[in-house]
Amino acid sequence: MSTVNYAQLWQLALPQVIVVVATLIALAVDLLLLRARPIHTRFTVAAILGSLGCVVAIARLVHVPAQVNVLDGTLLANPLTQLVQIALLVLAIATLLMATNSRFTEHVGEFVLLILVATVGMMFLVSSQDLLVIFISLELLSLSLYILTAFDKHRPHSSEAALKYFLFGGMSAAFLLFGFSLLYGLSNSTSLPRIAAAIHASAATGSPLNPLLLIAIVTTVIGFGFKVAAFPFHFWAPDVYQGAPAPSAAFIASSSKVASFFIFFQVMAVGFAGAEGSAAWMHFTTGWVPVLAVVAALSMVLGNLVAIVQRSVRRLLAYSAIAHAGYMLLAIVSHTQQSLGALLYYVVTYALATLGAFGVVAIVEQRTGGDRLEHFDGLSRRAPVLSACMFVFLLSLAGIPPLAGFFGKFYLFVSVLHSGPGLLWLVVLAIAMSAVSLYYYLQVLKRIYVANPSDEVANASADATTIRTPILSQAVVVLLAAGVVLFGCAPHLLLHWMDAAIRAAGF
Amino acid sequence: MNAFPWLTILTLVPVVGALFVLSFGGSNKNVARSIALTFSFIALAITLLLWAHFDSASGALQFQQQVPWITALGVEYHVGIDGLGLLMLLLTSIVVPIGILASSQIQERAGLYFSLMLLLQACLFGTFTALNFFHWFIFWELSLIPAFFLIKLWGGSRSTAAATQFLVYTMVGSIAMLLSFLAIFLATGKFDFIELATLAQHGQLMPAVVAKLGWHRFTPHHVALILFAGTFLGFAVKVPLIPFHTWLPSAYTEAPTGTTIVLTGAMSKMGLYGFLRILLPIFGAEMQMVLTPLLWLAVATIVLSAYAALAQKDLKRIFAYSSINHLGYCLLAIFAVAKFTGGDAALITEKYAAMNGVMLQIFNHALTAATLFWFVAMLEKRTGGLRGLNDFGGLRKVVPVFTGLMGIALFSSLGLPGLNGFVGEFLIFKGSFPLVSWATSISLLGLLATAIFILGILQRVFSGPLNEKWATLPDLTAAERLSLVPAIALMFVLGLYPQLILGFVNSTVMQLVQQLKF
Amino acid sequence: MLAWTIYISFLGALLLLLLPKGNAAAARILALLTALVTFAITLVSFLQHRTGEMLTVTDVSWIPSLGIRYHLAADGISLVLLLLTGIIAVTGILFSWNIEHRAKEFFAFYLLLIGSVYGVFLSYDLLLLFVFYEIVIIPKYFLIAIWGSTRREYGAMKLVLYSFIGSAMVLIGLIAAYVAAGEKSMALGDLAGFPFSAHFQMWAFPLVFVGFAILAGLWPFHTWAPTGHVAAPTAASMLLAGVVMKLGAYGCLRVAMTLFPLGLGPWGFHFLGFGSWRDVFAVLAVIGIVYGAMVALVQKDFKFVIGYSSVSHMGFILLGLMTLNQIGLSGAVVQMFSHGILAGLMFAVVGRMVYDRTHTRELALLGPMNLNRAIPFAAVTFVVAGMASMGLPGFSGFVAELMIVIGVWHAFPILTVCVGLGLVVGVAYIWRAMQKAFFAEAEHASAAPHEALPPITLPERLGALILIVVSVIVGIYPQVLLNIIVPALNSPLFNGLRQGGWR
Repeated sequence: MSTVNYAQLWQLALPQVIVVVATLIALAVDLLLLRARPIHTRFTVAAILGSLGCVVAIARLVHVPAQVNVLDGTLLANPLTQLVQIALLVLAIATLLMATNSRFTEHVGEFVLLILVATVGMMFLVSSQDLLVIFISLELLSLSLYILTAFDKHRPHSSEAALKYFLFGGMSAAFLLFGFSLLYGLSNSTSLPRIAAAIHASAATGSPLNPLLLIAIVTTVIGFGFKVAAFPFHFWAPDVYQGAPAPSAAFIASSSKVASFFIFFQVMAVGFAGAEGSAAWMHFTTGWVPVLAVVAALSMVLGNLVAIVQRSVRRLLAYSAIAHAGYMLLAIVSHTQQSLGALLYYVVTYALATLGAFGVVAIVEQRTGGDRLEHFDGLSRRAPVLSACMFVFLLSLAGIPPLAGFFGKFYLFVSVLHSGPGLLWLVVLAIAMSAVSLYYYLQVLKRIYVANPSDEVANASADATTIRTPILSQAVVVLLAAGVVLFGCAPHLLLHWMDAAIRAAGF
Repeated sequence: MNAFPWLTILTLVPVVGALFVLSFGGSNKNVARSIALTFSFIALAITLLLWAHFDSASGALQFQQQVPWITALGVEYHVGIDGLGLLMLLLTSIVVPIGILASSQIQERAGLYFSLMLLLQACLFGTFTALNFFHWFIFWELSLIPAFFLIKLWGGSRSTAAATQFLVYTMVGSIAMLLSFLAIFLATGKFDFIELATLAQHGQLMPAVVAKLGWHRFTPHHVALILFAGTFLGFAVKVPLIPFHTWLPSAYTEAPTGTTIVLTGAMSKMGLYGFLRILLPIFGAEMQMVLTPLLWLAVATIVLSAYAALAQKDLKRIFAYSSINHLGYCLLAIFAVAKFTGGDAALITEKYAAMNGVMLQIFNHALTAATLFWFVAMLEKRTGGLRGLNDFGGLRKVVPVFTGLMGIALFSSLGLPGLNGFVGEFLIFKGSFPLVSWATSISLLGLLATAIFILGILQRVFSGPLNEKWATLPDLTAAERLSLVPAIALMFVLGLYPQLILGFVNSTVMQLVQQLKF
Repeated sequence: MLAWTIYISFLGALLLLLLPKGNAAAARILALLTALVTFAITLVSFLQHRTGEMLTVTDVSWIPSLGIRYHLAADGISLVLLLLTGIIAVTGILFSWNIEHRAKEFFAFYLLLIGSVYGVFLSYDLLLLFVFYEIVIIPKYFLIAIWGSTRREYGAMKLVLYSFIGSAMVLIGLIAAYVAAGEKSMALGDLAGFPFSAHFQMWAFPLVFVGFAILAGLWPFHTWAPTGHVAAPTAASMLLAGVVMKLGAYGCLRVAMTLFPLGLGPWGFHFLGFGSWRDVFAVLAVIGIVYGAMVALVQKDFKFVIGYSSVSHMGFILLGLMTLNQIGLSGAVVQMFSHGILAGLMFAVVGRMVYDRTHTRELALLGPMNLNRAIPFAAVTFVVAGMASMGLPGFSGFVAELMIVIGVWHAFPILTVCVGLGLVVGVAYIWRAMQKAFFAEAEHASAAPHEALPPITLPERLGALILIVVSVIVGIYPQVLLNIIVPALNSPLFNGLRQGGWR
């Protein structure tokens, strides 16, 4: 047993600790001091306290860059993990600030706690290369998310969604654990690099892949596929996106995707290195790559096609999330350094856009009573700034330049083709499905810009027609939109940082 | 002589005039008419100036201008006139003012009407001075537009049909012509008439075409004939030659009389100009090959149109068919000149005579036909639009001056010696008879028929018992008499002193015939 | 300086959005000023640029890790099209002077569209070109969907989806080329000079060419065009048919043919009479010419006649591109300019002068209105535009079509006959539309006195005059364009094309 340097562990985990402390403080303040205040005040105070904690954690991460590896990858810190953690913290701040005008619950402190605990879970998730720690962090994240989904006690949809999420999640966690146990059995270790070495050793003998390994691949893909909402593990997504209270849905759609994809990449590319196989057209060989390729292709097709018929904007965003998961899986399929950079860029900008979109949906729901397409009619005349931001978010999701989504897709496709011309069929499919996606995004934009507000709204007084947005939410949404535009016009800002981090992490 | 761009200015003067008319003429038709008339007189003045400076002794091109234009296509802006060109310019400058003067019946949108007339004049000037196919074709095509609208918008009851027929016929002919010239361009890289004529004279044109464009199924003979046919069609429609003439009677009849004057006086000459400037020099050899059928067509044109005129009851229709007949004589002479004579000096002289006759006939017909239609216009003005042969009777008792002057014009059209109509026809017959005796003999029948219907007009309209309806018909006003005097005087002058015209066309005629080299 | 056309247009769009709601007059004036400034810039650059070669306007590093630069440049061909854009921008605004409903948003989207079009023509880096090309798609949608007429939402969506699918195809080709060339650069010159394998070019060329050609209205992918153009408001139709379709043709020439010239070479075998992609696209272009003309001949809606006529005229451009000889290619570029102007003019007459006053486009209903007396200016303008469009000498269309026909004769002699047929039918459908709409003989002329239609306003007259004058200038002196087009075609950029069968 190697000795554990607790001081080092403490240093490594300091950002997470800061966040936990902040959240406990927020909880305490809320429960003890603010119970009598209106919900809005409580939310604002709790959100600000939580955000402060995240800011301090970010400061810590930025000022103390480290290259540490504790216990064979049980916990590590390198520029890459720090980058991802910073991204997660920023997203958490944005979610908290946007949640301040919510009315769906009285348990404000608990809500903030769960968000931040989920963030902590994600921070641990991305900084580990050990199967057990990964699993535990994943569970911490998932359990928080289940509860967050169920938080709106006024609507039965919320509980129903949470139950579905929980049951699905529990099952896939079981699959994941089963796969992990098989991996342990095959390699006598829970550390990803060592597992890879063991797989290499057995592959070097020229024998076909161990059937147990194949099962492990399948179950791991199931486990993570559930997390990222890929076909055919996506069935929870539409209901959760629709049923969960808006801030929870936003959080699930953005942050958890970032962490999940990152760790998915890690586990497959690092842990299963040697068992890749190939998904080149007409040259399929057994491994996890063709499995993922098929999953990706089906997600892209299904997500886009079913999104076309949605009448609820939240469900539309859910199916589009499935489609985007398909695109992002392509990066994992091509598992190169460049594709990791592309994946990170894509998922971060995707998270920004989705978070913003959900922010707008939340406000519209509050003011107009629903999230169906009809509720967005004539929004451009009622809330011009919000509409402009929604314009940016949806077009970024569609992949229209000069927004971030376009560059993300471009870089992704370049990296996929770079890894080998055989994957061209996936790129062609992805681009074709992107073309389809423009249709349903334009449907929403059509409602916002082209359609006229419903008659009773139009005939109401000017006051009732204009939608007044709370300043904090609006500021956050505008900042997110600005970010999407900025990273689209000058992608180098993010790319430079990510490429350096990836190189430094030794990928 | 690239000195002063007289010809370009001449072409632009009516355009400027049209703009003036549109801007200032507006609703007042008298003002519009005056402006138009002024500009047409300016054009006439410039033409007379050109005549004064024209060197009659040389048959070469004068007042030339050559400017590179679209080098990628070998197109230059090349203008110049010789005797033939000057003749055409003169007759255009004379006919258009007559047309404008005869347009007193135009009430509505007079500004538009007169500007279209002036634009038509500009296109005519452009066609008669152009020496490169490119801008020659531009003007040829552009002239269709004002003509179409002039006929359609101010014409009679069936004006749309007449105008459309006019347009379609001419367009089809033009397209055939365009295709032929494109083929020639693709083979030789040239659009310039003079250069192409030179090539043709040295027998190099057709071999070049065949070399570049020869199809295996066609012999070189056939290729040459196809190209000739295309160009021929374009001009045959314009003159017109039977059987491509069917557009003419309706067009001339339905058009407002002022327009008819320009149509018959100048536009029909575009076709003849094409024969002389383009068809004969470039496709002379091909004409020879199909000479007999061509002569038959000319004869048919002369004879059949004259007999058709005999059967008409509307004065304008009579004169329309009469136009076809008169221009048929020109065609007869042209075809006669194309005949191969093998350098026989006597026959060459006959060719000169025939060709001179053509020139004279062109000018004289323009003058006479224009004046005749002018009289019809004056008659229409007095009778409120009536112009049927049987509507009148015994007018000489009521409008003696009118009768007298119109009588002179009618006799000129008949070909009475002493009047201008005689000289042209005489020279044509004199020159053609030794060359193509049989055709010339048959054409005499046309003369007979012409005499019958002209005398018929005189008898039915002017002689005989007075039709009581017209007892109070006003005679010619002083202004009208004054304006008619130059035209009538010219008829006498040219009848007695054709040297006026022959003086400047003769050298050109000789050069033209000599270039044919056969 | 040319880069400012893009920035000023975008700035104008932004400023328009900040204007207070309801002040349509201010919006119009601001938009017109912006468009005039950009037009002035393009005109000055056009007059100054004598040599026709590619001149760099801006070159800054953009995404260094991928070798992508923000590189703007213009050569003779780009300048001609930039000038066209400037002219149509100004005249389009003049013809939209009567828009009241949500005017500032209209002009904002319009300027956004203009700015992106300038961007496409100026881009030298292919990713930048693609970015601007895609940006064009979104304003198109909203311009049609909000201010359009017949079936506007359907027309807008169809137009956008077709364009997007086309650009998706282009993206695949571009990414493949970029990766195959080593991911070092997306500059046009670099990629054009890279020796892609013949096999690669053989599939990349048709992919990228068709991708662009969809926007150019290549048959049978043209069906979005008539629907979309009819649905669009006048200024948008002018811009769409006049300029945006030329983006497709420009892309075909600048990207597909420059990068993958070997794709035009013979396949080595014959299939259904075709021996190369060049044959295929030439025949499709000719079918477009004839089909467009024939369908235009039987339309009942005035605007549809013009819409299909655009498809027919674009066929000329694509055919000219496929001739691969200097005269055909220069003719194609001149036709791009000429048709841009003439399509703008015709849509202006049909949409603004006629439809906005009569509220109908049915030829049968327009006839009895005696439009040549009611709005004579419109009648005259349409006659002139129609004559120019059918190729009457003296106007720009004649020169362009003549050059293309000569080019086609050198390259595909048999197709010349079909082209001639297209020309003849062209005369016929214009004539028919003109007769029926403006000069129909009203059988019951005196029966119902038509209410007086509002007279043609000054902005409309100005716009029409500008367009006619430009067409006449090019018709009489085409050297003004050819002087810079021909040297541009002779530049080293087209070397690959020259080796690949240029005659």
